[in-house]
Order: sequence, then structure tokens, then C-alpha cells
Amino acid sequence: MKQLLAFIRKEFYHVFRDKRTLLILFGLPVVQIVLFGFALSSEVRNIGITILDNAHDNNSEQIINRIKTSSYFVVKDPVLNYRDIEEKFKEGSIKCALLFPSDFAGQMSHLGKVQLQIITDGSDPNTATIVVNYLTAIIANYQQQMKPAPQLSYQIIPQVRQLYNEEQNGSLNFIPGVIALIFMIVSTALTSVSIVREKELGTMEILLVSPFKPIMVLIAKAVPYLVLSIVNFIIILTLSVYLLDVEIKGSLALIFAESILFIITCLSLGLLISNRTNSQQTAMLISMMGMMLPTLLLTGFMFPLENMPWIFQVISHVLPSRYYYIIIKAVMLKGLGFSYVWKETLILAGMAIFLLTIALKNFKTRLS
Amino acid sequence: MKVLSFILQKEFRQIFRDKTILAMMFALPIVQLVILPFAANFEVKNINVAFVDYDRSTYSQKLINKIASSGYFRIVGNTISYNDALKMIEKNEADIMLEIPHGFERNLIREGSQQINISADAINGTKSSIGGGYLTAVLADFNRSLDVNIKSGNNSPANQSSLIDITYSDWFNPSREYKYYMVPGILVLLLTLIGGFITALNIVREKEIGTIEQINVTPIKKWQFILGKLIPFWIVGMIVFTVGLIAMYIVYGIFPKGSIPVLYLFAAVYLIALLGFGLLISTFSNSQLQAMFVAFFFMMIFMLMSGFFTSIDSMPDWARQISNLTPVTHFIKVVRLIVLKGSGFSQVKNEFLYLIGFALLLNGCAILNYRKTS
Amino acid sequence: MENKAIICKNLTKQFGSFRAVDQITFDVEQGEIFGFLGANGAGKTTAMRMLCGLSFPTSGKATVAGFDVYKQQEKIKASIGYMSQKFSLYENLTVFENIEFYGGVYGLSRSEIRKRGEEMVSTLGLTNEAKKLVGGLPTGWKQKLAFSVAIFHRPKIVFLDEPTGGVDPVTRRQFWELIYEAAANGITVFVTTHYMDEAEYCKRISVMVDGKVEALDTPANLKKEFNTHSMDDVFYQLARRAQRTADQS
Repeated sequence: MKQLLAFIRKEFYHVFRDKRTLLILFGLPVVQIVLFGFALSSEVRNIGITILDNAHDNNSEQIINRIKTSSYFVVKDPVLNYRDIEEKFKEGSIKCALLFPSDFAGQMSHLGKVQLQIITDGSDPNTATIVVNYLTAIIANYQQQMKPAPQLSYQIIPQVRQLYNEEQNGSLNFIPGVIALIFMIVSTALTSVSIVREKELGTMEILLVSPFKPIMVLIAKAVPYLVLSIVNFIIILTLSVYLLDVEIKGSLALIFAESILFIITCLSLGLLISNRTNSQQTAMLISMMGMMLPTLLLTGFMFPLENMPWIFQVISHVLPSRYYYIIIKAVMLKGLGFSYVWKETLILAGMAIFLLTIALKNFKTRLS
Repeated sequence: MKVLSFILQKEFRQIFRDKTILAMMFALPIVQLVILPFAANFEVKNINVAFVDYDRSTYSQKLINKIASSGYFRIVGNTISYNDALKMIEKNEADIMLEIPHGFERNLIREGSQQINISADAINGTKSSIGGGYLTAVLADFNRSLDVNIKSGNNSPANQSSLIDITYSDWFNPSREYKYYMVPGILVLLLTLIGGFITALNIVREKEIGTIEQINVTPIKKWQFILGKLIPFWIVGMIVFTVGLIAMYIVYGIFPKGSIPVLYLFAAVYLIALLGFGLLISTFSNSQLQAMFVAFFFMMIFMLMSGFFTSIDSMPDWARQISNLTPVTHFIKVVRLIVLKGSGFSQVKNEFLYLIGFALLLNGCAILNYRKTS
Repeated sequence: MENKAIICKNLTKQFGSFRAVDQITFDVEQGEIFGFLGANGAGKTTAMRMLCGLSFPTSGKATVAGFDVYKQQEKIKASIGYMSQKFSLYENLTVFENIEFYGGVYGLSRSEIRKRGEEMVSTLGLTNEAKKLVGGLPTGWKQKLAFSVAIFHRPKIVFLDEPTGGVDPVTRRQFWELIYEAAANGITVFVTTHYMDEAEYCKRISVMVDGKVEALDTPANLKKEFNTHSMDDVFYQLARRAQRTADQS
């Protein structure tokens, strides 16, 4: 036991001596949280719009003013003719254009209606939809002012309440994603690469001929990364609570327990990968491309799962990170208890045990 | 010059013997281009709605039907228990729930108005706001179409006609396929991953094995060494780009609307910038582990800030400045402009200048930093 | 003066407050086999790196092949060969591809490379292995190959950093035959080692202790001076005084 502790201490030295990697390891979650929390947003704002104003009357002026003062749009230089619109699109400076016909007021009084044309950038469909919605709202607002529509005699009034996110934090669902990502990087990628590194440098053999049982070697290698992951986890939680005003609704103990379970799964994966490869480059490639990319894409934290073809949804069921994501979302953000997540926990535990057993068995066969 | 040819010969031999690089050149672009667009779909569709219908009347049924037929929603539950519906939200089976109060129709006529409570799972902000918005719109429509409102005459077409009629047309992508927007971006991401990581890892690996020291002790000049690393990987990158473009065409039918030579010109400069970045990282790293992490750190920031996942316009000013300082941002913009809009060189020359600037800066720093003698 | 292959005067390398190499002064004659001995951590490799142009000295003077180590490093590099502890051959290139690369880098023409390469390969007995990847060769062959590649361009001086580590005595003996042959052809050999029996093979040796040169003479003279029959014992007496251990280097 004392020997094991000494071994673990040596591994810690290895890890902490590499200051640059450490810096990045701790910087990663901080940067991600800052970016996701403050810089990245799925909302659409500051959309570049150009106006082709053939009317030049009070109406167009008013509407243009409203567009200018809304935070959704940034009105760029107006165009003088139709052809210039395409040019502006091709330069990338605008995402939409609004056209006023020359006889705005005349058409309104004689025909009773007037047609405005919006041109949107169809290559960015989401923005296009939102642009049309915003502009329609602004124009409808103007119209309401000009000629108020009569109230309906009987009104259904919807009251919309936002659950779990009263502060209207951009998108909370990225936090579990960031956590899962960090765990995968530290526990899977880092562990596997550093073990393979020892293999490459030849020091692994020295360890294996030492009086240590092989399982001790693996445990000693895994422990520093386990600790690093937990520290990172605490940093992410602290930042979320104090920097982003996120409220941790559920039981911290449960959150920690589940996270440790997931970390162990990731570590097992890392060990498994390191067993099967002999070059650092390959270990890194497999960890990053084979594990992290599917985690990012198919867990549901970045992209909604429902939209994906069923085969991806099937694959998603094989990924441990999917279950961890569900658990963390439920416990941390919704404040639910164990009774809601016991199924996922069981699956995760099963995966952890399975992977760990294979990793260990593999390791032993390698030796003989 | 002759020395350079010997160096290139050695590098190419090594590259073709390295299975991982070969896999990256062909397998990766195909995998990414085929899988990612299917997964990376930000559209909000199929919002799951759970109803709590206390009224159980024809009116409430009409409302539910109307919502069901709107095309945005999927009905996952219809109970008389608030708790049951809430449980569905807790378990992620429902995204939004709507309560129809008891005596809905009766109260509406008697009191002139009636409140309907909608609760949305706001953890996914986009979904909840879009879902809430759609529901509100459907409710308004339902409201207008109510018999009582029509009968009372306040609903007459004359009164309802909008003065301002809005028509809209989409340019550049009439079918509004989301994939068209994502795929070119993914191509850029691919190139970025390969360009950024490959040189860094390769050079640091030589550091680790000790062959760099051997190179430093020979009369190889700095520029020969650097070119010897840049050129082969640049060629690998251009091959990947070509494979990517071909895959893009075969799988999605996307053919660049603009000039392909211009596209290649940009890809060429972009690769040089990225390889320079990898080179720079390698001068700061002593182990492959370090290089991998430093590269990953910066790549991640670049990609998040590049406008691929979220729109640059919505970023706060300080974030947008940072975004402009990354080469990825500019290249993604250009690729999208050229491929989807057919922009010509004159329209993107600013971005070209940016990219050249990056290429010069990054490679310059790398060259200055690399020393044969410590 | 100009005939000397290496001249060192008060050469020093300091890292912060740590003096790895402390004012060493010595000369190496042309065509000499010069042994640079010392314990691990004594400063041998650091000193050698300065002489090869891999690291800037902190102070002192030195010339290698007549060129100044501060200002004419590239000229030095063109005139020397180097073999590191790790052999520095590309494991995923074949024997011949390695030869081709290093030959080309030192400015030999392709025809010259081919001619000399074939000669070298047959001398080493590697003709059947010429097209095989270096990674698959046994250590002893790799070593001999690495040395031959290091002198392929017929440099004036060749620096060998612990070239015989991890190899059996018979192979070591064969390796030294190669060194003798090179010296007979006029190449100065500067070799560091901690195998004391190899010291006997050198014409003159120096022993570094704690960054300083504590002895500089022929093996015979040193044995007389320290009143012993084995170089091991000479070394032991000198090294006993050492303050530093390998952990500090």
C-alpha cells in the first residue's frame, strides 16, 4: 500500500511538472465557460440589412428608424438599385434587404394596401427565418400604430413561464456539455496519450518488471488524472455559479457521485485505448476523433438529438456521455433526485464496469 | 535548392509510410462530411408538447388538434394531472406543457378573456423561446378563428386586412436546406484540424526521438528545414481539400457557385497560415502531449469563435474583435461566400488580405522562434 | 595552432546559477582519438553540444576545425559529423534512404551518394538489409550504421556522444574497429563515454568532474600518475571528489 502511494506520488510529479499542459488543462474550462456564457449565443442580433428605398417618404423613414433602433439589425449603407443588392450579399456585409416601392403612400391610399419585399440569405436558413419574423413584427408594429386593429371581443391570453431558467441564461445546456468534454479530454485523451508515451519511451517496461502488480501500475497512472478531472469539475461548477449566475438545484453529493462514475468510465476508455496503440499520435487521434467527436455531436448537448437520423440516435445510446448528460441536466439544472436518474446511472455503471474489466484483461494479456 | 529536394524526398517517404496521416487524408474528410451535416442540425423541429386538459370539451379538443396540425409540435401527452405533465418535462419527454383550464369556453364568453398557462423547459433557450413563440402564434390564430369572435363581427376581413403586405424571397438557397450552410463550414473545420495539428505533432515527434538535434547539427539552413516541413503538409492539406470538395459534390450535390481557382487560392493561403501556426506551436512544445493540448486549446477557441456554430453578428463587440483575429473566421466566411453565393475575388479581397497577414505573421514568428542553436 | 582540430579556452556554460561547464581548457590534435570521460552529470554532453554548435557558450573561447563557435557555427556544422546517444536515424526510412538523406544534406551529389553508399553498405555487411527499415535492425547494426552515416561526408571531426551504450562487448569491439579505421583515414574522433575500458582505446583522454577538466593525458600516463593499473581506478579516484550527481544535470 505504501508502495502504491509512492508510485502515485511519482505520477503526480510527472503531471505537475508539465506546466504548459497544466495551464491549458485548467484554462480550457475557464475559456469555454467564458465563451459560452458571454460570447456565443444562439440568438440572432446585429444582422446586416440594406434598404432600397424608392419611396423616400414618411412611412419608409419611420419604418427604417424602427429597424435602426432595434437591436436585431444593423442598417448598412443603402443601395440605389436592385443590382447592388446582390453585390452586397456577395461581399458578406448583409444578410437581408428590404425594398420599399416608389409609390408607397399612393398605393396605400388608392389600393388600400402596399407590398414590401424582403430578400433573405437562404444559405443561412435559420437566420433567414428569424429575419422575416423580426421584420414582420417591426412592420406590424408600425402598422398597428398607423391604424390600430380592433381588439377581439374574446381574448385568449397565453402566459409563458420559463422553467428551470428564470434568469434566462442564454443556453444552460452547454454546461453539462463542457463538463463532459473536459472529462473526456483529461481522463480519456490525456491518460491514454501519457501511458502510450511511456510505452514509446521504453519506461513502461521498467514499470512492468517492477514488483508492482500490473493493476497497481494502471491505478497509479489513472489517479492523477482522476484528481485533475475532479478539480476541473469544481472549477467549472464554481465559475458557473459565480460568473454565470447558474443555480445548482440538485444535490451536490449526487452530482459528484455521478461525475466520478463518469470519470471512471472515461478513464477506462483511456486505458483501453492505450492498450491497443503504440504511438502517441494514434492514441491522440483515436481519443479525439473516435471519442470526443461523437461525444460532442451525438450526446445532444450541442445539437438536438431529435433532429438526427435514427442511426445516429442508435449510436448515441452506446455513448456513456449521453447518459451522463441526461443525468447532470436532470440533477444539476432541474434539481431532480436519484429516483429520476436511476436507470441512466445503472447503464453508466454497467458501462464503467464493462470497460474497466476489458481494459484490465487486455492489459494482462499484453504482458503475457 | 538541392538540399531542399533531399529534405522533401525524406519527408514524403515518411508521410506515405505513416498510416495515420494517410487515414486522415482520406477517411477523415469523408467521415466528417458525411456524418457531421446529418448530426449538426440546429433547426428547431418536433417540439414535444404535453397537454393538461382540465376542460375536456370540444373547444379544448379543437385547440389541441390545431396545435397538433401546425407541424411544429409533437403531442406526447394529454392528461388531467399537472404533476404528470411536469414529470414528463422532468424526464425530458416533453419540452413544453400547456394547461387548458376547467370551464375554458364558458369562462371565455362570460368574462371576455381567459388565461392559458404555458410552461417551457428553458434549459434549451432556443427551443423554449421558439416553441413558446410558435404556441403563442397558434393560439392567436385559434383565437381569431373562434366562432364567438367571428360572429361578433369584430373579426371581419375588412377590419383584418393588413395595410402592409410582406413578401419575401430567399436568394442563394431556395430550398433552405440547412446542410448547404453547414457543409462548407465543415470542410474548413477539417482543413483546420489537419493543418493545425499535423505540423506541430510531426516536428515535436522529431524533437522527442532526437532527430531534430541531428538536423540542427547539419549545415541545413533554417529556411530549408521549415520549407521542408511546410511543403509536404501543404500538399497533404490541398489533397484533403480536394477530396473534401469532391465528397461535398457527390454526397450533397453542392457545387461551388463561384470561381474554383479563387477558392483554391484562399485554401492555399489559409493552409500556409495554419501550418505556420502548427510550426509556432512546435517551437514552444517539448513533448507531443504538450503540442497536442496547446494546439487543441487554440483550435477549439478558433472554431467556437469562427462563426461556424453561432453567428458572429450576435457576439458582443469584444468577442467579435477576437473573432476577427482568427484566420478561421475569415476563411469560413470566404468559403461560404464563394461556394453558396458565387462571390468573386473582388468581393472578398479584404479577407484575402487578412489571410495573407496571418500567414506572414504566424510563419514569421515561427521562423524567428526556431533556433538551431539554443 | 591552426592545425589543431579543437581548441578550448576557459569554455563555460552557465544555466542560471548552475555552472554545467566550468572554464574548461584543452586541445585536440588532428587525427587524434580523443576520449572525453566523466560521470553522468559531469557536463560532458553540455560541453560537446557547445563544440558542435548546438548551444551558445556563456563565456570562454573555442574553435572547431578552425572555426569560431560563436560566429561560425554553420561552417563548423559543415565540417563535422555527429552521432547522438539515440543514434538519430529515421526508423521509418530504409538504410539506404537514411544514407541518401544525410548525404544530400551535406552536399554530396546523387551519384557520389550512390557510389559511397554502396561501398559503405557492403563494408558494414548490410547489403541484404539496405532496403529494410532501420527500425527493424538490431541495435548493434543501427549503431554501426549511425556512425558510418555520421562520417559519410568525410568530415574533419566526428563527435560521438556515448555511442556504445547498451551493446554487448563483442559489438563494442567491432564498433571501435570502425573508429580506428576512421582515425586512420584522418578523421579526428571526439568520443564521450563512461565505459572506462574504452578509455584505453583513445590516444588521450580527459576526465570531467563537476564541470571541470580534472585530468588530461594519455591513459598510460594517467595510470602512472594515479598509481594504478586500471582506468576504472583512475576514474574512481577522480570521481570520488565529485559533488554533483546525475540528478542535477
